[in-house]
Amino acid sequence: MAGAVSGVRALAGVLADPARAARLDAQQWTTLLTVARAEQLLSALAMRVDGIAVPAPVGAILSDARAIAQEARRAALWEAEVVRRALLPLGERVVLLKGTAFAAGGLLAGQGRLIGDLDILVARAALPRVEAALLAAGWAWAKPDAYDDAYYRRWMHELPPLIHRDRDRLLDVHHTILPITARITPDAAAIVADAIPLSTGLWMPCPEDMVIHAALHLFADGDLSGGLRNLWDIDRLLREFTDDRGDFWARLAARTARHGAARPLQRALRLSAHFFGTPVPAESARLRGGDAWFARRLLARDGWGRATRPATRLAFYVRSHWIRMPAPLLARHLAIKMWKRVVPARS
Amino acid sequence: MRHRLHVRVGPIGFRIGSVWRRPIEQLAMLYAGYPAAEVPDFTVRLAPPSAWRRVVRPTVALAGDLTLPEAAPLPLAQAVLAAEMAMNLQVALGHRRHLLLHAAAVERDGRAIIITGESGAGKSTLATMLATQGWRFMADEFVLIDPVLGEVHPFPRPISLKNAAIAAVTARCPDRRFGPLLTATPKGTVRHLAPDARAVAAMDRAARPAMILFPRFGAAPAWRAVGAGEAFVRLTQSSTNYVALGEAGFDRMTRLARDLPRIAIDYPDTDAAIELVEGLWRAL
Repeated sequence: MAGAVSGVRALAGVLADPARAARLDAQQWTTLLTVARAEQLLSALAMRVDGIAVPAPVGAILSDARAIAQEARRAALWEAEVVRRALLPLGERVVLLKGTAFAAGGLLAGQGRLIGDLDILVARAALPRVEAALLAAGWAWAKPDAYDDAYYRRWMHELPPLIHRDRDRLLDVHHTILPITARITPDAAAIVADAIPLSTGLWMPCPEDMVIHAALHLFADGDLSGGLRNLWDIDRLLREFTDDRGDFWARLAARTARHGAARPLQRALRLSAHFFGTPVPAESARLRGGDAWFARRLLARDGWGRATRPATRLAFYVRSHWIRMPAPLLARHLAIKMWKRVVPARS
Repeated sequence: MRHRLHVRVGPIGFRIGSVWRRPIEQLAMLYAGYPAAEVPDFTVRLAPPSAWRRVVRPTVALAGDLTLPEAAPLPLAQAVLAAEMAMNLQVALGHRRHLLLHAAAVERDGRAIIITGESGAGKSTLATMLATQGWRFMADEFVLIDPVLGEVHPFPRPISLKNAAIAAVTARCPDRRFGPLLTATPKGTVRHLAPDARAVAAMDRAARPAMILFPRFGAAPAWRAVGAGEAFVRLTQSSTNYVALGEAGFDRMTRLARDLPRIAIDYPDTDAAIELVEGLWRAL
């Protein structure tokens, strides 16, 4: 047992206030490191507590975690560069999203952020040419399947996932930031039009869009797996952007209205303030409505790194499908998926 | 978790938790005399993949900080093997402090022989037998190389003996500590042998690498020098974290393959292998 305070809460507490790390004993460190690794936040934790006195074995683990993040960053930026070269002749804006954007933009949110796949956003009209250029440059479909392919192209916000034949890295090419079938329809053209150029010739979304995308990704898409990591992104982005510009909150509110993303954004602000003490406007300073359910889901892990609260997890899994598409489409999709599982594919 | 074992093996600490008592008792026997890990590097969990698998034909999932989705669970009787495999998985996927080689190592006079090769080449048996001839057993399964200094760091885990090797080793060292005999595992019959007390006592003493040996079991005794290029390719294939270490991994691997004597041996039986190794060592 991790004691009275859950490992996830302890992790959030140390991330928000690294000085707390100086007071942890061996057992508390064991729990903290295990939970951090399970939540994909070990490298972020390592960056946060860098410079604080820790027991020797903890120091060695954290130093490894920093090295892992450094290597992940190097590999992610290289992958972005390779995509830039492949798409250069098209003359289209290539907007980096999520982790790679944080790293390329030199943002706080990129410090210790693990980056797996590369996510890019391009104008929808450019999609066929982007696809052809990538296929010609060595990318291939990661899981070729006629139904999945048709499904992605008709209903999703991205092409089916691509993988590079030499480097084995996944690439998601987005034309918007939520499935077409989702209840919220963000203005993808505005994200591309108002993107910010990076020195490399690539682009990243403007600060407001980065926060909104992170909030939509967490609360309007998916089942909150890895949710604490995504919430930590939101905390880091908000702290950096509100420091930079005095009128950030007003700009964020206007941009949120434009994307129709008020509900998920407000929820992101409240939960970020709840877990990490993020400075947010007064009306978002306290949890309300269904927030407690989300907090409960984010805390569903024990000190051995095991997923707990199976019923809550299942509920969020069901919700992830529910918010992604209208009920008739969901029923059809699940029926086809089940049929394909029961009847083995002819090959 | 209810039953647990904290153990440190050289530079890597493990925490093994189990919902069953018996696997922890078996592991505690194999790891008797090892220090406890103050704050472990990795957590391994021995638990059924689903609740009813605890009761009906109980099985153990390979679980821990890091897991592979395709890793199949093992019957409860093979829990020790599940624990060892899960520990290997943590190291293979998660350890970054050292360059990892899938190899065994023995040491004499502060200098180490790295014994590498594919499964079935006889690495474990050869290292175990050399340890009965005055060599210090340093590692089986994983050899840890400091990327900066190039030293071999001991990682003396229980030796996983398979099939015919079990009888051969038991006959030679009958008074050593063995784990339970595990039949019909995915790797055939398996039995773990606890490293000798000397190997455990010296688990923090690194050694300079002096030779890379590529053994092959089955043919008449013979040896040949291996080119640096071939050694480099074979060593990279045997490393799970060579790519993840980036430039530091490349530099260290290049120096290992270029600067050390590299020798492939064929051997028909253990005595012939020991004789070959001793002869090559004297000629260094």
